[in-house]
Amino acid sequence: MTTATDAAGQAPAVGPAETRTPILRARRLVKTFGRVVGLDGVSLELYPGEVLAIIGDNGAGKSTLIKCLTGAEIPDEGEIFLDEKPIHFKRPQDARAAGIETVYQNLAVSPALDVAANLFLGREERKKGILGSVFRMVDQKGMREKARNELRALGISTLQDVTVPVENLSGGQRQAVAVARAAAFGSKVVVLDEPTAALGVRESNQVLELIRNLRDRGIPVILISHNMPHVFDVADRIHIQRLGKRAATITPESHSMTDAVAIMTGALRE
Amino acid sequence: MTQQTTEPAKAEPPTSALDLAEEFLDRTTPLSRIRNTLHRYPAVSPAIVLVVAVIVFGLLNDRFLNPANLSLITQQVAVVGTLAVAQTLIILTAGIDLSVGAVMVLSSMVMAQTSVQLGLPGWLALLLGLVVGLAAGAFNGFLVTRLKLPPFIVTLGTLSIFVALTLLYSGGATVRGAEMPELLTAMGATFNVGGVNFTVGVLMMLLLYVVVALILAKTAWGRHVYAVGDDPEAARLAGISVNRVLMSVYLAAGAILALGAWIQIGRTNAASPNAGAELNLDSITAVVIGGTSLFGGRGTVWGTLLGALIVGVFRNGLSLAGLDVLWQTFAVGVLIIVAVSVDQWIRKVRK
Repeated sequence: MTTATDAAGQAPAVGPAETRTPILRARRLVKTFGRVVGLDGVSLELYPGEVLAIIGDNGAGKSTLIKCLTGAEIPDEGEIFLDEKPIHFKRPQDARAAGIETVYQNLAVSPALDVAANLFLGREERKKGILGSVFRMVDQKGMREKARNELRALGISTLQDVTVPVENLSGGQRQAVAVARAAAFGSKVVVLDEPTAALGVRESNQVLELIRNLRDRGIPVILISHNMPHVFDVADRIHIQRLGKRAATITPESHSMTDAVAIMTGALRE
Repeated sequence: MTQQTTEPAKAEPPTSALDLAEEFLDRTTPLSRIRNTLHRYPAVSPAIVLVVAVIVFGLLNDRFLNPANLSLITQQVAVVGTLAVAQTLIILTAGIDLSVGAVMVLSSMVMAQTSVQLGLPGWLALLLGLVVGLAAGAFNGFLVTRLKLPPFIVTLGTLSIFVALTLLYSGGATVRGAEMPELLTAMGATFNVGGVNFTVGVLMMLLLYVVVALILAKTAWGRHVYAVGDDPEAARLAGISVNRVLMSVYLAAGAILALGAWIQIGRTNAASPNAGAELNLDSITAVVIGGTSLFGGRGTVWGTLLGALIVGVFRNGLSLAGLDVLWQTFAVGVLIIVAVSVDQWIRKVRK
């Protein structure tokens, strides 16, 4: 049930996925840095309601691929479609405006601001009436209420007090805030870059649970990770990058972790 | 972690003894609890210091709590307190402004000279002073945001530039308040509340604190100021235009410094090009003693007001106690070092 690299860039057939329309699709992306080829004709499909993991060795093109999808880099060639419409991101804000939210590895949260203020940072809601329109006062109560609802909907039970400054939270809780911010506000796709890299076992499990919750709410997730057990735990499909190309797209059912590592390193060819 | 939220019944128990130990330590050390409180409410420690200082100086000398003396303290604090609001805004963005006193003096000289020499009406002279304050702020802001120079270096340079411009423009001459239109010296007028004389300048300063505190706490702009000072990269990734926020802070500071110039003319009933040299650093002192972190993103203007009052109370109280004026300076130095040490300690709440 696995698919080989398709040089033509057609959607690979994985189970029932073939009949669905991908929400995010990249076709034959090429990105070079001087003489270094970062991406060599990579295609990718993300379907609604799935967790797609991207794995690969260092230098395999994971980060470049993600940067092209989230507007941090502009591909030299190739096309990207969101909801079947071609898109051309020039900067990360463009991708965010289109509904692609990225949680960065370095945790883009403001430590001194509280949880609710972080969730709404950069898109604060104002009070109704002249307090909001003339005096530009933010609707603190309303935003806190919405923040609580959002966290509850995501199943983040460890964050009940949204008035706590983020710096008082544990690493896992901070990651939860960052993920919640990405997932809120009707985003179409959430991209997580190494979300468990700096976390302990218990906190990692909480983040993985959060990723499942996102998927269950219908938000597709792209997960970049080095951690094979985490990837196999949570991913529906796994996109393997090798030497700037897509080596294969597998599923945790079809392949073992050993197989995945073998494909990553080139020991096994699909 | 120390929130009083009730865990749901099915809450997952801590998985290891280490976790238990960590939470146990976190909850029960009294020192860490104090630290958490101070961390959350940075104005608490300066408030305690101010209350203790007032009580101690009141016990040392009967005249200290005299209404006339208290009135004098508020007047002595009015100018530095106003400048310290501008300084707070800039320090909240993890910057620093060494030129606040110089900008204030330049603005006050423009107000005085344009009204006396050019014969402009008071309101127009004030407006020109405001324009000078805004221009100075814009210049500092431009150098910080566009040329990406550190604020310390920028304002060290503009400090000299503004001082020189002031002396070139004024010819070094002081303008007496009697020569100016009444509006320019209006901030020196006094009114009586419960036996204590206040000047309009003091009232204006307090009003400024209320307005800026509300803006910082209640508007998106206020949150963005904190976010930019806290972690500019995180703010940028959240979609905040860091440069625009910084520029607006330096402009707001310039406007506040022009207000400070007006208050200064009222307070001294004159505009002197040699005034205010010590205010550059005194404003920083007030901000730091008030619990605002020099690393940005943490602090309140109320803390700054307390900081300015603490300095005023110490100077006044020590002089009433008959100590040499140098001991006042000594005490302020000790206060700064203690305040920054406390800030460092508070910031260790989580590694």
